[in-house]
Amino acid sequence: MEDNYIESLTTPLTKNTLTAQSALPDENLKAKMSTSDLSVFYGNSPALRNVSLNIFSNEVTALIGPSGCGKSTFIRSLNRMNDTIDICRIEGAVYLDGLNIYEPSRDVVQLRTQVGMVFQKPNPFPKSIFENVAYGPRIHGMAKTKDELHGIVLGSLERAGLLDEVKHRLDTPGTSLSGGQQQRLCIARAIAVRPDIILMDEPCSALDPIATKRIEELITELKAEYTIVIVTHSMQQARRLSDKTAYFHLGSIVEHGETAEVFENPVDERTADYVRGRIG
Amino acid sequence: MTELAFKGPEPDQLRRRHRAEKRFRLIALLSVWLGLAFLSVLFVIVVTSGADAVRQTKILLNISLDSSEFEGGKGSGLAQIRKANFEGLVKRSIRNDFPRAKSRKQKRELAKLVSSGAAYEVREFVEANPEKIGESIDIWVTASDDVDMLLKGKLKRNMPADIRQISDQQLIWLDQLQAEDRLETQFNWTLFTKGDSREPEQAGIAGAMIGSLYSVLVCLLISFPLGVLASIYLESFAPKNGWTSFLEVNINNLAAVPSIVFGLLGLAVFLNFFQLPRSAPLVGGMVLALMTLPTIIIAGRAAIQSVPPSIKEAALAVGASPIQAVFHHVLPLAMPGILTGTIIGTARALGETAPLLMIGMVAFVVDLPVTFTDPATALPVQVYLWSDMPERAFAERTSAAILVLLAFVGALNLTAVILRNKFETRY
Ligand SMILES: Nc1ncnc2c1ncn2[C@@H]1O[C@H](COP(=O)(O)OP(=O)(O)O)[C@@H](O)[C@H]1O
Ligand SMILES: [Mg+2]
Repeated sequence: MEDNYIESLTTPLTKNTLTAQSALPDENLKAKMSTSDLSVFYGNSPALRNVSLNIFSNEVTALIGPSGCGKSTFIRSLNRMNDTIDICRIEGAVYLDGLNIYEPSRDVVQLRTQVGMVFQKPNPFPKSIFENVAYGPRIHGMAKTKDELHGIVLGSLERAGLLDEVKHRLDTPGTSLSGGQQQRLCIARAIAVRPDIILMDEPCSALDPIATKRIEELITELKAEYTIVIVTHSMQQARRLSDKTAYFHLGSIVEHGETAEVFENPVDERTADYVRGRIG
Repeated sequence: MTELAFKGPEPDQLRRRHRAEKRFRLIALLSVWLGLAFLSVLFVIVVTSGADAVRQTKILLNISLDSSEFEGGKGSGLAQIRKANFEGLVKRSIRNDFPRAKSRKQKRELAKLVSSGAAYEVREFVEANPEKIGESIDIWVTASDDVDMLLKGKLKRNMPADIRQISDQQLIWLDQLQAEDRLETQFNWTLFTKGDSREPEQAGIAGAMIGSLYSVLVCLLISFPLGVLASIYLESFAPKNGWTSFLEVNINNLAAVPSIVFGLLGLAVFLNFFQLPRSAPLVGGMVLALMTLPTIIIAGRAAIQSVPPSIKEAALAVGASPIQAVFHHVLPLAMPGILTGTIIGTARALGETAPLLMIGMVAFVVDLPVTFTDPATALPVQVYLWSDMPERAFAERTSAAILVLLAFVGALNLTAVILRNKFETRY
């Protein structure tokens, strides 16, 4: 049932598959998601310029860089959240499984079920914990029965490592949880619609160190099933969590590659300065 | 170094600051109290002058329902009862009580003690109790407004007879009735169950209440959904371009347009072009809806703006469509604000006379409206009409109508508070 639903949304894409694939260099085909010459403008001022990056399955890709360098802009263009900003304009392409997500025929709703997002500030709905997680599955018709929906909600909370703490109070407001719990609730909400990719924009910046540690552990666990892109301001966090790291500077990617490489032997001087704590 | 150290503000300056603060608080407090004082003075005046209207003077008459008066005798049907001369019955009854009134003038003065509505009251009684035909009944009938004013102390006995409106002879009769316990004030049901009348003692505000209720209902049914949808569109979907900002400016200006202009619009469009009935609450409600719409849109937009965008983003990020995000998440959170704006707008519409003037709802309507297209007035219109009447007894009824109008507005505001508390969510 769920598969049918998604299929019906994707059918018009068969045509694009060919055009998209023919436009892609061979090497990029292995990537789960890739951007090619992506430029983003707010009005007339550019925030990103010709950014090309590959994001691979079951890996954590960390995006680092000083404030205002375009990390949020980049991550938001991966699930088209930038569409909600009127003055935002996009050039270039973003491929998901080889298909350009900015193709006019592309269904944004379907895209966002595949590419979930967790925000900087925990933003649970002012509804019960259960409703927070159940909302996505419900609007997509993922559960035929109440029991099925219950199963999805409990499973998602379980995977977000929150179930033990909230299973006795699923009907209390999500906003009554602590900051760290709220953020895990948001992760559970994102997981509930079974995405392939989870985007996280500084998910720990509003949390205390203990809550941060819980989320980091969770990300490491989730890596087995999901592709994760995370923006972080903490060098240690990027090193601990990620497989690949991309360093952003003034709207461009200056350096990217294996995390260990970027941190141990940065090629670019700006990267070296940043990861060694000399700027930013 | 030490020269540069800051040792806190000068004591003099500090004192001045404290004084300014105290002064400001005093002025603020004073204005609050002044406002409250004006409000209570207004309230006391309206209540004291309106309270008397709740009671109405009645006279106990003994009326013999002679079978010969009714075509069908004892078993008369409704149609036959209606043909009977109740006015004559009432006149004869009161003449029987004072057989010494012989001259035409005296007979006329005698008849003037009771209201011309007394005949209807007797008829209603007989219609309800046809088995009483042939018997003699005791019935409280409404006294005339002059008698009422006398009993309420608004006509003074010691006034010169030629401007007193009640003659010396009438005073003697009334004293006699009072001595026999046949003259007293009772609860004024007429005021709350009847429509308008030229005679104050027969006039009621039920018609105006129904007219107001119908108009406000129509106004709400039109302006609330339209206003909410318009504000959602402007806040969440409208492209940010010149056309949209042109619309926004115009909506804001509409909120400041004098209400009579909306009445003119209603006259031109609803009555002249669409040929809708005059004086109808339906059209009144439509005109009031035009007037209320900008208020609701402005309040609605402010309420939608105050919902944190992160909530909408959260919904979009799990794949909700923009419409779902708005209707499932933004709108419920904006509801308290939208409702407050709606009720403020509706309360204003409830007290509006000018636009109704243009579409013929400022009219003398005796019958209670039943459907939305029956001729009707509204409460503020009734206040306006009665305040213009020469009879003294209309003065207290005017105040009573104002009180009822205020009660309506108060009830609306109470609803606003209750709804707001019910929908309020913290986030
Ligand atoms: N909604 C917006 N409107 C206009 N400019 C924006 C908007 N969002 C971000 N920008 C600009 O784009 C640039 C990149 O911002 P952002 O992606 O938020 O950086 P980061 O997340 O790396 O701190 C900044 O110069 C910022 O001022
Ligand atoms: Mg950012």
